[in-house]
Formats: sequence, structure tokens, C-alpha cells
Amino acid sequence: MGPHLWTNYGEVVAMILFGIGFSNLLLKKNLIKKIIGLNIMDTAVYLFLAEKGYITGRMAPIVVNGIQDVETYINPVPSGLVLTGIVVSVSVTALMLSLTIRLYRRYHTLDLDEISTLLKKEDK
Amino acid sequence: MDFVQNIPFFSIILSMFSGIVSSVLSGKNAKRLNTFVVFFVGVMSFVLFLYLMQKGESYIYRMGHFPAPWGNEIRAGVLEAFMAFFFCVIMLCSLIGGRKHLIKEIEENKVNLYYILVNLLLSSLLALIYTNDLFTAYVFVEINTISACGLIMIRQTGRTIEAATRYMIMSLLGSGLLLIGICLLYDLTGHLLMSYIQMEIAIIVEQGMYTVPIILAIAFISIGLAIKSALYPFHSWLPDAYGYSTVSSSAILSSLVSKGYIFLLIKIFYRIIGFAIIRDSKIIHILFAFGICGMIMGSLGAIKENDIRRMIAFSSVAQIGYIYIGIGLGTKLAMTAGIFHIFSHAASKALLFISAVGITDASNESKKFADLTGAGYRNMIAGVGFTIGSLSMVGVPLFSGFISKFMFAQSSLQVPGKMLPALIVLGISTILNTIYFMKTVIRIYTPAKESTYEKIRFFTNLSYSVSIICFGIVNVTLGLWSQPIVEMIQTGLDMLA
Repeated sequence: MGPHLWTNYGEVVAMILFGIGFSNLLLKKNLIKKIIGLNIMDTAVYLFLAEKGYITGRMAPIVVNGIQDVETYINPVPSGLVLTGIVVSVSVTALMLSLTIRLYRRYHTLDLDEISTLLKKEDK
Repeated sequence: MDFVQNIPFFSIILSMFSGIVSSVLSGKNAKRLNTFVVFFVGVMSFVLFLYLMQKGESYIYRMGHFPAPWGNEIRAGVLEAFMAFFFCVIMLCSLIGGRKHLIKEIEENKVNLYYILVNLLLSSLLALIYTNDLFTAYVFVEINTISACGLIMIRQTGRTIEAATRYMIMSLLGSGLLLIGICLLYDLTGHLLMSYIQMEIAIIVEQGMYTVPIILAIAFISIGLAIKSALYPFHSWLPDAYGYSTVSSSAILSSLVSKGYIFLLIKIFYRIIGFAIIRDSKIIHILFAFGICGMIMGSLGAIKENDIRRMIAFSSVAQIGYIYIGIGLGTKLAMTAGIFHIFSHAASKALLFISAVGITDASNESKKFADLTGAGYRNMIAGVGFTIGSLSMVGVPLFSGFISKFMFAQSSLQVPGKMLPALIVLGISTILNTIYFMKTVIRIYTPAKESTYEKIRFFTNLSYSVSIICFGIVNVTLGLWSQPIVEMIQTGLDMLA
């Protein structure tokens, strides 16, 4: 286990970051902190993908000097997945931020629990 | 290649483009376009279903110009086509039934936005049903989440915005887990197409390598999709989201969106991991345990509720528990029962939401039980609809809920270790269901002493009555002619593997 952890330190960091982001998104009460957690979590996944797609000593998969040998380039698919993932996470973040703005305008707080208590008072 | 085989691709693209076109249309035209698209996709899916039944095997449809291990693929079998057809029927009826409320609850210049979201939701559901590529599935899961969030918050009150925020937070946790699970699977196998991943996984498992990462990936994916489909301990977002949004949204969310995720999970179990490996891993025991807890806790939550919409929402938690029990038992019959319950729950829960709104309309918009007394006489058709839905949920013969409960009981007999808990909880849950549904039915048929509210007649809201009748017919059809549908599900499952 030990030596594997050291050689794959990038993946280890990615997993730790994922855990940090996940627990932030789940446990923090402040909506902005939740969104930061979401972004850390998604970025951790991209770090993981990038680590997995990179092969030491090879180039980015762009044919420049006419070298078409497969052995020269890294795996391009993870990079494509990262791009797609970034698009998804940007749109989701925008949606979350707009929801946060709406809630803040109505209740003047970013604390989700406080908003819930305010809502219960509104009902009565 | 037959021309019919273009249908899956065409229906996804059609619903997506109609969403884009709706953004420049007026609310009325957007509504017309949406009705046409849902109807047309439903008809096409049915044609595809007939074609596949005749052909007897599934087919793979290549997207773009790249051949198999690199390109993107769509795959259609009997089960997928039937599910697309069924989802269209439910969606159309829910939209027709809630139309009057939609006009009341949404600002006039935002009506076309609602139909954009519905179209996007339909296209993402279809893509989840048909896709053969894991990462495409992830992208459409996110589209599904975003449009479902929009459907919740299109009615602008503090409650719905808060509900949408909670829904988004839980869903994003789920999709984060799903994404990391997919990345792990990609790293282990080097493929994104389902059939190729399955081949590689079979080799890896045979060699006994990477046991922990595979279990971890399965766990991440299962828990991620369980969060999104509101399995018991992760259901906290559900009652608010279903209880306060506009009625069509509640019906669509409860009966279609969560089912789309469950179907994706079933597809991942069958087509990616292979069901034998899933059965050997301990994951299905966990899903089984969660399902059992959900059946009891969801019903208890529903009994405590004093708001008819939230009560129905809590009942969804219990019914999702049933479906996960079907997955957790781990036999083919149980899985068939689970998929049948997807259909029967979709039909009855949408009916319950739509008819509950008719009942509250006849009680001066109050959702509290005390005000509902005698509402069944004031709005006949809604009362009848609610009764049919309740009877189906409780599991009275003649209605669809009975068949799925019967099949769950039957299939649990094949699994010795899980037979006793499954049967006991099935019994308890049926009793609890009876308590809260029959309480409501008795309440709405107790004559009120002095009626201050006005009556709602059959023809005052014709589209509403028509949708209730359609739902009733679907329910009774599933209950009376279950045998061909069960056989169809079984052939569909064989095609999946």
C-alpha cells in the first residue's frame, strides 16, 4: 500500500480534495461556502482525470511536426472528459449562485437553516 | 438498417430542439409545440416498441462517424422503448391535468420557460434511457437535475426557492459521487461504452485484480444515484420539492425524474458491471436495507403529515423503497417486480398529485386535512381519481399496485435470507399505507355539515377531468393486463444483459 500511495500521490491528493469538497457541500450552513465546496469537489475529479490521462514523458495530443506515432502522445480522452465536466460544473455553479441571490434578496441571510426557520414563521 | 431504428436519436434531438425553439415562442405556442412533441415522441416510441417486439433483439445505433470503442452509441431494446412510451404518456397527462394551475401560478411571460424546461427534461430522460455511453449518461443526468430544479422553482415563492436549493445541494452531492465512480470505472477499464466496460470488468474480476476499486466504484455510483432518486436516508429534499411546486411539476418529478435515475442504475448493474458480480458484492444488501427502512419511515412520515400534498410526497419515499427492495433481492423476478413498480408508481403517484389538487381547489385552496371534509362530493372526478390512486397504492386487486406488491412477495420467497424481513416489512408497510390513504379517502367522503365552498363540475375544467380519466385507465390497465407487461419486462431484461 505504502509505495503505491507515494507513486500515485496526485490521485491521493485528488481524493482528499474530493472528500474536503464533499463534506463542505454537505455540512456547511453558509450557501456560498457550500458552492465553494462544490467547486473543490468537481475540481478534484478533474485533477484525478488529468493525473490518470497523463503518461510521463509524452506530449499533448496535438500533431505538430508530423509525428503520428501513438507512443508520442498522452491519452486525449480524459482531457475531453475534463472539458465536458468543466462546462457542466460551471452551469451548475451559475444556477446555485442565482438561487443564492434570490434567497438572499428575500431573507437577507445566507444561512440555510435560518432561512428554514424564517419560512416556518411565514407559514404561521 | 431499418428506418425505424432512427427513432431514439430522433426523439432525443426533437425534444431538445423544441426546447430551444420554445424560447422565442409565446407561452401559448410553446404549450402547443410541447404537447405535439410529447405526443409525437410517445407515438414514435410505441412504433419502435412494436418493431423491437417483432424483431426480438436489441440493436446498437452509432452516433457520429467513429466506430465502436471510440465513438458514441445509442442502444434500444424492448424495455427502453416501452419506458420511453410510458414516460411520454405520463408526462402528457400530468401536463394536461395541471394546465389551469400553471396559468394561475406562473407569470404570463414565463410560461414558455416552463415548456423549455419540460422539453429539456424529456430529452434528458430519453437520453438516460437510450444511451450506451457512460459519460453521456452523466452529462444528461446533470441536464435532468438542472431542468428539474427549474421545474420546482418556476413558481416563485420562498418555499419553492428554498426547496430548489435543497434539491440542488443533494443532487450535486449525488452527481459528484456518480462522476467519481464513472472516472474510477474509466481508469480501471479504459472504456466509456457500456458493453466494452463490461467485457473488461469480467476480465479484471476473473484475474482477481482491483477488487477494492471496483467495489468502491459500484458503491459510489449506487449511492450517488440513490441520493438523486431519494432513497430513504437521503430523502430530506423530497417533501418540500414535491409539496410546494406547481402540480404538473410535482407529478412529473415524482413519477418520472426519480425513475429515470433508477433505470440508469439498473442499466449500470446489468450492462456495465454484470449482474452476477453485483449479486456477489455486498452492495445490494445495503440497498435492500435502505429500501426496507424507507418503506417504514416514509409511511410514518406520511402519517404524521397534516398537508395532503406533503403526505403524498412522503409516500413516494416509501414507494422508492419498494423499488430498491426489488433491486436488492437480487433475482430476476424481483428486478421485474421493481421495474413493474416503476410503472405502477408512476401511474398512481401522478394521479394522486393531480387529483389532490382538484380536492384542494374544492376546499378553498387549503391543503390542511380539517378543511378537506366532504371535498369528494364537491369535486366528483378528483375524488374518484384520488380513491383510485389510493387503492392502487395500498395494493387492492384490480389496480396496478396490487400486482407489484404480489410480485415482490412472490420473489422474496426465492431468497431465503431476505424472505422474512421483506415479507414482514411488506405487511407493515401495507398497513401503514392503508392508514394514511384511507384516512384521507374517508375524510373527503365524509359529508360536511355546512358547505361554504362551491362545487366544481365535470365540464368546468374539461382537460383536468380528461387527464384523471386517462390516469385511471392506465392504472386499471396495468392492474388487469399485467401478464403481457411482465413478460415484456422479462424479455427486456434479457436484452439488457
